[in-house]
Amino acid sequence: MSEFKSGSNLEKVLKAGHFAFTGECGPPQGANLEALKEKARHLKGCVDAVNVTDNQTAVVRMSSWAASLVLIQEGLEPNYQMVCRDRNRLAMQSDILGAYAHGIRNMLCLSGDHQKFGNHPESKNVFDIDSMQLIHMVKEMRDQGVFLNGQEIDEAPRMFIGAASNPFADPFEFRVHRLAKKVAAGADFIQTQCIYNMPKFREFMKQAVDMGLTEKCYLLAGVTPMKSVGMARYMATQVPGMDVPDELIKRLKGAGKGKVAEEGIKFALEQIEEFREMEGVAGVHLMAIEWEHRVPEIAERAGMLPRPQI
Amino acid sequence: MIVAEQKPIRELVEMVKDFQKILVLGCKGCVTVCNVGGAKEVGVLASALRIWGRKTGRDLQVGEHTLERQCDPEYIEELGGIVGEYDAVISIACGVGPQFVSERYPTARVFPGVNTKFMGGAVAHGIWSERCAGCGQCVVHYFGGLCPIARCSKSLMNGPCGGSADGRCEIHKEVECIWDTIVRKMTEQGRLNELIEFKPPKSWTTARDGGPRSMIREELVK
Repeated sequence: MSEFKSGSNLEKVLKAGHFAFTGECGPPQGANLEALKEKARHLKGCVDAVNVTDNQTAVVRMSSWAASLVLIQEGLEPNYQMVCRDRNRLAMQSDILGAYAHGIRNMLCLSGDHQKFGNHPESKNVFDIDSMQLIHMVKEMRDQGVFLNGQEIDEAPRMFIGAASNPFADPFEFRVHRLAKKVAAGADFIQTQCIYNMPKFREFMKQAVDMGLTEKCYLLAGVTPMKSVGMARYMATQVPGMDVPDELIKRLKGAGKGKVAEEGIKFALEQIEEFREMEGVAGVHLMAIEWEHRVPEIAERAGMLPRPQI
Repeated sequence: MIVAEQKPIRELVEMVKDFQKILVLGCKGCVTVCNVGGAKEVGVLASALRIWGRKTGRDLQVGEHTLERQCDPEYIEELGGIVGEYDAVISIACGVGPQFVSERYPTARVFPGVNTKFMGGAVAHGIWSERCAGCGQCVVHYFGGLCPIARCSKSLMNGPCGGSADGRCEIHKEVECIWDTIVRKMTEQGRLNELIEFKPPKSWTTARDGGPRSMIREELVK
């Protein structure tokens, strides 16, 4: 038996004690492979793994596993996202088998945004199991070699299991307990929601550290640089579970015309600098939404390059 | 109770525009309690149809009748001498009613006059709210007496999700985040430890997912 759970690059980087740096890539709203490969080229060499979203915000896109395979072909390591909204336990397990068989080694288990937000609000949702149960199912598939029904698997999929945590959703006091549940259910690593409210995040991290959670899993802090004041306002008011303090919006406004994006990047860099020193934070998850071409510059300026080769 | 709402009159007249003799059929059960399908509403709908008939130059005959319940064959029998006199029946019971009438009177043309919404109750006068998803295996006692299957938008057993804000659900500010309420209630009861326990996947075999359901109680079967 290998010393690793899945042997993914992300797992190796984290186990070796490096400060991890992951990126994100939304698959195209079509079968346009060139667009996907273009995004991938910007991220290559800058991150340890790339999250591949699963119909994010309930908008139809190329499937996460298919886009993940393209990333593998392009020499990047995917972090295959799966939501509970669109699949029942049969489809989930069969997709996990297929994904693993084709070389996918990281998985992020999510509930998924409600379809009301997306481009098919008339659809029927599934939610056969929830994200907590999905985490546990993937762990049992890996560690016990069994399907959810207890039946043995002929060659079990061995995934490095990820989960999300949103320290900014309510009720705040319960958030660290839900994180603890995810760790107990089998999460090996956690990627947080985009962080803008630093005082609240510091408080959350203190709770997580005090409960010993960061010794049981790797926690990657979520960072999304603000591109514009409009984006900051949109995030503040339209995106569920997002906490954007007024001071940040003021700071971006104060940067002046043509300089807001640079100010957004500066804020992100300050955050990353703090996360590197913050107890319990094992890395940063950079979600540069439709801004993949700026990732190399951000990685460079954040001192994240070169990425460790293991 | 089963909560329903009346279909728009435009949709109803489109359904019955080719018929002359129309029976509006009410029910004294749930739909009477939620003010949509009782004797009073039968009268209101029948009047509306008559007005529409006059306005559009139709020689309509609209009958009115309300059964004790439309979900019970005993009362459906009562229609034996009535249904045959009409070209169409608009049942304003829940979705069970038009089907019981259709099954008992195979040649009758039966139309639904209401949209059946959910199992719930009145939380204030004129305001109804869903409480039960009819999953067939009740679990509310694990969650402070509140049902996350029916009341969480994602039916989470291990909530709340990351979209909960100020006690409201991510799908709409009008929608309560039932998980926020569950957490607060369990905390007040000193039972937070029960919520921290992992709840395994639910079996949906007893829900509609297991196929159309029926129930037999041998001791009651004659």
